[in-house]
Amino acid sequence: MNKNLIRTVVAAAFALLAVGHSHAADVNLLNVSYDPTRELYKEYNPVFAKYWLAKTGDKVTINQSHAGSGKQARSVLEGLEADVVTLALGYDVDQLFEKRKLIPENWQSLLPNNSSPYTSTIVLLVRKGNPLGIKDWNDIVKPGVSIVTPNPKTSGGARWNYLAAWAYALKHNNNDEAAATDFVAKLYKNAAVLDTGARGSTTTFIEREIGDVLITWENEAYLALREFGADKYEIITPSLSILAEPPVTVVEDVARKHGTVEVATEYLKYLYSKEGQDLIGKNYYRPTDPEIAAKYAKQFQPLELVKIEAFGGWNAAQKKHFADDGVFDQIYGTGK
Amino acid sequence: MSHTPPKIVPAKLALRQPRALQDPTWVRWLLTATAVGFISLFICLPLGLVIFQALSKGISTYWSALTQDDTLSAINLTLLVALVTVPLNTVFGVAAAWAITRFDFKGKSLLTTLIDLPFSVSPVISGFIFVLLFGAEGWFGEWLMAHDIKIIFAVPGIILATLFITFPFVARQLIPLMQEMGNQEEEAALSLGASGWKTFWAVTLPNIKWALLYGVLLCNARAMGEFGAVSVVSGHIRGLTNTLPLHVEVNYNDYDVVGAFASASILAALAIVTLILKTALEWKQATR
Repeated sequence: MNKNLIRTVVAAAFALLAVGHSHAADVNLLNVSYDPTRELYKEYNPVFAKYWLAKTGDKVTINQSHAGSGKQARSVLEGLEADVVTLALGYDVDQLFEKRKLIPENWQSLLPNNSSPYTSTIVLLVRKGNPLGIKDWNDIVKPGVSIVTPNPKTSGGARWNYLAAWAYALKHNNNDEAAATDFVAKLYKNAAVLDTGARGSTTTFIEREIGDVLITWENEAYLALREFGADKYEIITPSLSILAEPPVTVVEDVARKHGTVEVATEYLKYLYSKEGQDLIGKNYYRPTDPEIAAKYAKQFQPLELVKIEAFGGWNAAQKKHFADDGVFDQIYGTGK
Repeated sequence: MSHTPPKIVPAKLALRQPRALQDPTWVRWLLTATAVGFISLFICLPLGLVIFQALSKGISTYWSALTQDDTLSAINLTLLVALVTVPLNTVFGVAAAWAITRFDFKGKSLLTTLIDLPFSVSPVISGFIFVLLFGAEGWFGEWLMAHDIKIIFAVPGIILATLFITFPFVARQLIPLMQEMGNQEEEAALSLGASGWKTFWAVTLPNIKWALLYGVLLCNARAMGEFGAVSVVSGHIRGLTNTLPLHVEVNYNDYDVVGAFASASILAALAIVTLILKTALEWKQATR
């Protein structure tokens, strides 16, 4: 009888182990993201892991990689095995389809709001007291103003910066493109440093104390105020800027190989939940959920927002402005 | 205990030189002051600043920055990379130095030049070479993916890039020494009937051991400190493919200044240990 009891216990233990094992899988996800989302995903990842554990019993660990958006897309194309990408702009994500078919062509319609769980815009950050009296885009193209902005060739934020300035120039010059070209040429002539990513520019402006104005993401500017003290810097919200929609998507090709399609999809979908949206607002991104957006509305200044569609979408904007020999190459090559 | 007669070292010889052969006092003072000033400004000051910044929020913050998971895994990865690359490059270096100084063959000067290649190429380019070779869009990319082998953006790529960067250190230390030594002692050993291996262990190795150790030391310092090439192939995945130098950058960009300088202080400590060992080795070599 004793023997039988032991057998039963052992068998039960094995059965339990087996059951436990089949249920509690350890999953790893790699989220390849752009620069200023470091703090957001640092907060979001454990929240999602907790949610996923409660829902499925699986333990998910999310690894992060951050750098300029264009550079990150390049790395994924070169073999960085991202289960999800959360980049700064649609064009960079599109490349994953264009160059290697890592994602389906209709990726942007797979998640709500063009696959952008959060939006943001571009603002100006100046030193306390705003010694140069900067109020809008036209103040920073004046001679002698030193600007810090990342390089549009590698950084997504930098491309939004450029397009925001372009949109402002078009509006104030009756849509005259030559005048807009001249405007951005003056702007980049004032650029002291072109870092590869938005975060590099922020540290250049804040820690190395270079420049009078930092052109950056709204979320990045508010985060800098939180990190370094609102008594040292001021955010100048221009009269007009661009509606930046940073998209997210599952890199299906990689996720299928890793067997992580389900958890990766849920990871991105949960960004749209109340809990995810709240973290987004807390980290100074603009939530897309109307209720949560209303809750955080007062932390942002009102301004006129131009959409990327005004430029004919990202493919057209990229080709015209940032491709080799595009407008940026022409003004930056000859502007200096 | 036996007393050995005091040796005449070069420094003492200098004192015995007639006054006419010495530079005027003010020149000596000026040169010394310049050297000391330069070293304190460009070496001691930054080193001190690293320590100061690392400890700026107290020992406990410093310690918790060092014991973060990501920092520990960066330290582990850095040690792993050094543990693999340094022994390999020691063997390669000795073999290359041996081949170049002991044999005559076609393309010898080409080999000598190639050994120096990693010194003359920018580390970023070196890293990029590996991306072009092993990246998904690179020469071997398709084959590697078909066989599910990860090189770029994984530990093997980091090791390969470091191997390439640190290749010249050992060989470069050994070649001049072995050229100067000539091969009479080894010929003598061989003619007395020693095997090739025996000759190497009993004759060559004792002669080159200090230079070899010196080369290994420099190789190790660079393997642990390399940034450029590793940055290109790493993929910057936190806790997985960040070495210590990359981790410094990550922390700095996370606005975690203490974390960045805490990690930097480990690298600085490594540099100081290397410096002390290097001085000891040089002293050993001089008094051998």
